[in-house]
Amino acid sequence: MSIARVDSVKVDSILDKALSGERLTLEDGLALYESHDLIKLGAAAKQVTKRLHPDNIVTFTVNRNINYTNVCDTYCRFCAFYRPEGHPEAYVLSDDVILDKIRETYEIGGDESEILMQGGTHPGLPLSYYTDLLRKIKAHFPTIIMHSFSAAEIWKMVEVSGLSLKEVIRQLKEAGLDSIPGGGAEILDDRTRMRISKLKESWTKWMEVHDTAHRLGMNTTATMVIGFGESHEERILHMLRVREQQDKTGGFTAFISWTYQPDNTALKGTRATAVEYLKNVAISRLMIDNIKNFQSSWVTMGPKIGQAALEFGCNDMGSTMIEENVVSAAGATHSMNIRELIRLIRDAGLTPARRNTYYKILETY
Amino acid sequence: MEVIGKTHPFSDIWEKVQAGIRLSKEDGLRLMKSNDIIALGHMANYVREKKHGDYVFFNTNRHINPTNICQTLCSFCAFGVRMKDPKAYTMSMEEIEHRADMVPPGVTEIHIVGGNNPQLKIDYYEELLRRLKKKLPHVHLKAFTAVELDHFSRVNKMPVEEILQRLVAAGLDSMPGGGAEIFAEKPRSIIADHKTSGERWLEIHEIAHEMGLRSNCTMLYNHLESEEDRIDHLIALRELQDRTGGFQTFIPLSWHPENTELIKQYPDLNWSTGFLDLKVLAVARLMLDNIDHIKTYWIQVGTKLAQTALWFGADDLDGTVVEEKIYHAAGAETEQEMEKSELIRLIREAGRIPVERDTLYNIVNMEFAIA
Repeated sequence: MSIARVDSVKVDSILDKALSGERLTLEDGLALYESHDLIKLGAAAKQVTKRLHPDNIVTFTVNRNINYTNVCDTYCRFCAFYRPEGHPEAYVLSDDVILDKIRETYEIGGDESEILMQGGTHPGLPLSYYTDLLRKIKAHFPTIIMHSFSAAEIWKMVEVSGLSLKEVIRQLKEAGLDSIPGGGAEILDDRTRMRISKLKESWTKWMEVHDTAHRLGMNTTATMVIGFGESHEERILHMLRVREQQDKTGGFTAFISWTYQPDNTALKGTRATAVEYLKNVAISRLMIDNIKNFQSSWVTMGPKIGQAALEFGCNDMGSTMIEENVVSAAGATHSMNIRELIRLIRDAGLTPARRNTYYKILETY
Repeated sequence: MEVIGKTHPFSDIWEKVQAGIRLSKEDGLRLMKSNDIIALGHMANYVREKKHGDYVFFNTNRHINPTNICQTLCSFCAFGVRMKDPKAYTMSMEEIEHRADMVPPGVTEIHIVGGNNPQLKIDYYEELLRRLKKKLPHVHLKAFTAVELDHFSRVNKMPVEEILQRLVAAGLDSMPGGGAEIFAEKPRSIIADHKTSGERWLEIHEIAHEMGLRSNCTMLYNHLESEEDRIDHLIALRELQDRTGGFQTFIPLSWHPENTELIKQYPDLNWSTGFLDLKVLAVARLMLDNIDHIKTYWIQVGTKLAQTALWFGADDLDGTVVEEKIYHAAGAETEQEMEKSELIRLIREAGRIPVERDTLYNIVNMEFAIA
């Protein structure tokens, strides 16, 4: 009648290990993936989350995505966004357009709103483009938090400028960069990376950016994307590498996983399911014991599963994520988004709170 | 680890569940008020696996809605229209036969429901059933909610018993569960005024069961009902099942706010959340200890939530299953059709076993190729 199950005694002992504060190994993680007991994995992850967040607060931030360019020379097979330089649909937003978008965000979210500015790896933009833009933004909006540029973009700046990684990040920070998003991590294992994106930097290069930023006093986030056809072992290795880095430098503010979206991409494939996502979130929480905040992905999983993830290890609902192409009705759209996030969190019996990029609580609702 | 230990607020209910002791109304209320969906899911999954192991049932059916003309325009419903509405239609027998001709092999059931059309007498429905049975003698006809039967009874001035006898003689095989809405009078009077009462709905299903018909049952939630209203509804269904045993499946239905009168009157109502959908399913599984199947309707709650629900008490996935999808709305959160292979993948990736069934839960197939 039933599928052969992984020995539930073994799974229970692994979960007990995690709950007692002992660290899980690669083998432990693999055994958890073989378990089909979604509820028990969720229950354990929830207990770990409650230990770290006993106040029942669930946070979210007000931010805006600005994709300043779609020109990219990395050609990831899973990406629907990039265009080669010279393509008729290629663009680089003007500074004025970018400042207008930030002004809109500031008018909606006020001080300590977040700008998640990311784009392609543009081979023609000098480092001064970025530093000048950051200075201009900070001159106009001193309290806006620039949580911007993925590791891949920063490596492109290193390549174009000829400077060292440390020097590039130092200059970006000095110009106004506050934090670095975890984008581009995908799966931190090169077998999968080479299959989905031959030109993308290796996982150690991704980590080197975050290590360097942490040592310069910056915070960053770590991400994970599932559904590329990666193995369970590769997923666990991803988590272990993030955990190991956090042991060294402690600069990750959050861990964010989501599912690969195959529409309009060269890689195609099928979407990871909700159960797979919730299971992955729970196992991540159990494996990565040294990152406090786990962000739910309502963007890729929808509001229902995004909310359910609050029972599977997440303590944060991410952000309002004003879209790049939002029209001037942004006010209405945005306040609906804040209201909806608050409703989802309250409906789960938890207390919603707005935070900034560093997870400092700005307002409790 | 233990999900519900001795100090857990639900440890007493968990002991009852494991011992197979029926939950009381007070137990049900505590569960329905809780946001601990992990605990609810754990208990519901225990019951689900005890009854069905890892089986997830689905069937391949088609829908026919003979008319959308309805004299009972419920404020929560987006389907019914007045007779003079430009969108109004009533299918002719030729159209019914054409629909039958379009039914592909492998379909085991036709689900037939429509509006309360005041111009259609019982002979229309008898003829409809006869023609479908003649065209598709091996296909099960699951037709007409209790509300429609009550309407037929009034329009034809016949008792429901006689209506059912004539319909069964013409080919009726079982009844769907629609029209239950919420039995509690106060919310029912607002969302479904002038419709068949909750008592009458139960009475009609009881009559059908005593005549040997199986039926399903539903509950509409996420509107104006209270937690107590939900539990009372479940208990009423449970009590009828104790008497007759004719219910096969319970299907919770969340109310959708688009395109209805109700959202205009109560603008603060909203889409149901994931927590609410999972909670209602889990509590239903725990309260309805005598109804075999709990169904989650993926067209309504979305495929992601429906898949997760397989761990929160649901053992049946409903929705229109096609062998090969002709129409695809890219990016649509709630699609209208799903390829059978995709449904099988969803079930397997939930860690469950897909089982294709007919209307009466006879197994049709469970030897599906690994995609």
